[in-house]
Amino acid sequence: MEEKKHLLEQLHEIQNNDDKHYLPKEKVVELAKKHGYDLAQVYGVETFYTMYSTKPRGKHIIRICENQSCHMANSKKLIRHMEAILNISVGETTEDGFFTLELSSCLGMCSVSPAMMIDEVPYGNLTEDRIDEILATYKEDK
Amino acid sequence: MKFYRTHVLVAQDTKSILAGSKRIEETLIEEIKLAGLENEIRVIPTGSLGYSENNQVAIAIYPDNIIYAPVLTSSVKEIVEEHFLKGRIIKALAHPMKHKEISMEERTSENQLNIDVQKRIILKNVGQINPESIHEYIAADGYMALEKALSEMTPESVIEEMKTSELRGRGGAGFPTGLKWQFTRPNPGPTKYVICNADEGEPGTFKDREIMEGDPHKMVEGMILAAYAVGGTDGYIYIRGEYNLSINRLQKAIDACYEYGLLGKNILGTDFSFDLCIHTGAGAYICGEETALINSIEGKRGEPRKKPPYPPSQGLWQKPTLVNNVETFANVPAIINHGGEWYKTLGVEGSYGTKLFSLMGDLNWKGTIEIPFGTTIGKIVDTIGHGVRYDRVLKGIILGGSSGSLIVPGELNTPIDFQSLSRIEAGPGSGSILVMDETRCIVDICLNIAEFFRHESCGKCTPCREGNAQICHLLEMISYGYGLPEDLEKLERIANTMMETSFCPLGQTAPSVLLQALKKFRGEFLAHIDENICPAGVCEINFVEEECSCG
Ligand SMILES: Cc1cc2nc3c(=O)[nH]c(=O)nc-3n(C[C@H](O)[C@H](O)[C@H](O)COP(=O)(O)O)c2cc1C
Ligand code: FES
Repeated sequence: MEEKKHLLEQLHEIQNNDDKHYLPKEKVVELAKKHGYDLAQVYGVETFYTMYSTKPRGKHIIRICENQSCHMANSKKLIRHMEAILNISVGETTEDGFFTLELSSCLGMCSVSPAMMIDEVPYGNLTEDRIDEILATYKEDK
Repeated sequence: MKFYRTHVLVAQDTKSILAGSKRIEETLIEEIKLAGLENEIRVIPTGSLGYSENNQVAIAIYPDNIIYAPVLTSSVKEIVEEHFLKGRIIKALAHPMKHKEISMEERTSENQLNIDVQKRIILKNVGQINPESIHEYIAADGYMALEKALSEMTPESVIEEMKTSELRGRGGAGFPTGLKWQFTRPNPGPTKYVICNADEGEPGTFKDREIMEGDPHKMVEGMILAAYAVGGTDGYIYIRGEYNLSINRLQKAIDACYEYGLLGKNILGTDFSFDLCIHTGAGAYICGEETALINSIEGKRGEPRKKPPYPPSQGLWQKPTLVNNVETFANVPAIINHGGEWYKTLGVEGSYGTKLFSLMGDLNWKGTIEIPFGTTIGKIVDTIGHGVRYDRVLKGIILGGSSGSLIVPGELNTPIDFQSLSRIEAGPGSGSILVMDETRCIVDICLNIAEFFRHESCGKCTPCREGNAQICHLLEMISYGYGLPEDLEKLERIANTMMETSFCPLGQTAPSVLLQALKKFRGEFLAHIDENICPAGVCEINFVEEECSCG
């Protein structure tokens, strides 16, 4: 296929390869220079899509769904629980830099609501206990 | 080639993997080896069996036609010893209906287990074959339609067949697919794009995922056929970044196609060439809108474009572009194989064929279903969903996603098809059916939907950007008991303005559930405002009558 530059894919690549799962400014500037992008365009894209972050994040990114089906399965309570055990608010990273807590739109797992993803792994049918169990498995390989 | 006397299919879709199906598969393989049966019994991963309950793993055994569920790692040994070694069915685990002798052919159509109103055309292979094996897809008549089209049909006759079928797009708007292809074909190349819209972001929708995880080749075959028909040279599957399992399986399918000469230069030895690749999204609901999607592939913010020009004339990089939904493409191979007239034997006039729905909410059974058009909403809820959970009373149904419509119990007899639904100001939309029982508060539901749209509005036009924010604010006040009597008219005015003046369908449809709720459940809004009570007991009303200080 004719080699087209796909900015979104390039940004995914930078972010996935970064320890802090974000788009460091120097990397983005370098990318823009190399491919002749307008820096404003790249910045516009970075800030438009929710999966990108311009700020450093934790080792693992937790994204809890807050849409209809999950909302009806009481995802609000789980979000509060998560904030309490991690001792952070939504959008923040734990002090040890291990977890970042984010909210997400529907993850397409509504039949197993409430749902979340940690990095690329989906979890469904969550309860407070289940969340404690899941987080513990991540803590193990800390 | 080895012959196995028994095939064990283990569901490996996201839902089953969450319930531990990977572990079950490993244990099965181990136990079968321990029993020395590895040359007789074969374990195959497959898509969803369309059947398992929440948090349960189900396995299907052929040719015995048995489904075991729930299967725990601890029950695997028993299954191997009793069933595979001694040939005795474990009654306690077998699904009751499976004791009936149902042939494979029947099983895939009408007698699909507990879900006998379903008809599986699109999902025919899901739960039957290994989605990661092109051989199994080919053995299930895969790529037969492509071979037929390339050897016996001109691109024009493929388009004619699609027009005969009267297939309507499954992405939400229901535009006739054959016509869209016809509009795309005459536009000048040489480069022409075919894009599969796999962004599936409408809250409460997960039906496309079922296809991509369970039978990715079907969708790919549909895309190649579309490219042949419209003269497409390059293809993209635009898929949301969260669907990792789908992305992996689609990539495997594409790689296998290149290896087998089904993609790339001179497909099947003809002079038709077509390239296909995956483009992952980055979390933006608006990118499901076709022109926003095109902007996104071009490396821009996902803001919609002005239409016209429509994508068939000027789409990706200003080239002619065909955009169809995953389910739309997945319908194509069967139509080409059996003909447009055959397709029209399914469904009802004006809405032919079958339709996938994502069924969820306060039901006893949830998941993806496939039904012929014309099935009533009530039948889906009662027969497939096994009714409302905990014997509660049905309050309403949100049909077609957050931008869809609100159905009340009095409308349950409405058949699901484009015409019947339009009579009650509804439509199949994204194919989501969210059932709510009596414990749900309508204000709370509307607020949750409004928050979604406030977050997902791309910000390009004022009515949508500001309208959604205002609706959120007003609903929030009502939910806390601070609503004013004039707020309901205010909400209606904002909603109507958004519908009339928003730039794209996101803003135009965002308030549609709210508007219907204001009509159908007005009393409940008024209870929050006038009496400061939430009849369902959901909203945290904290309104306190202020003491009059003037004495
Ligand atoms: C806000 C918005 C979101 C949409 N999301 C999707 C989507 O996730 N998947 C999809 O196939 N179509 C979606 N659509 C519809 C597409 O714009 C387009 O109509 C569709 O992909 C055409 O395919 P079809 O003719 O096969 O239905 C969306 C439309 C709007 C306005
Ligand atoms: S609503 Fe949460 S996954 Fe769909």
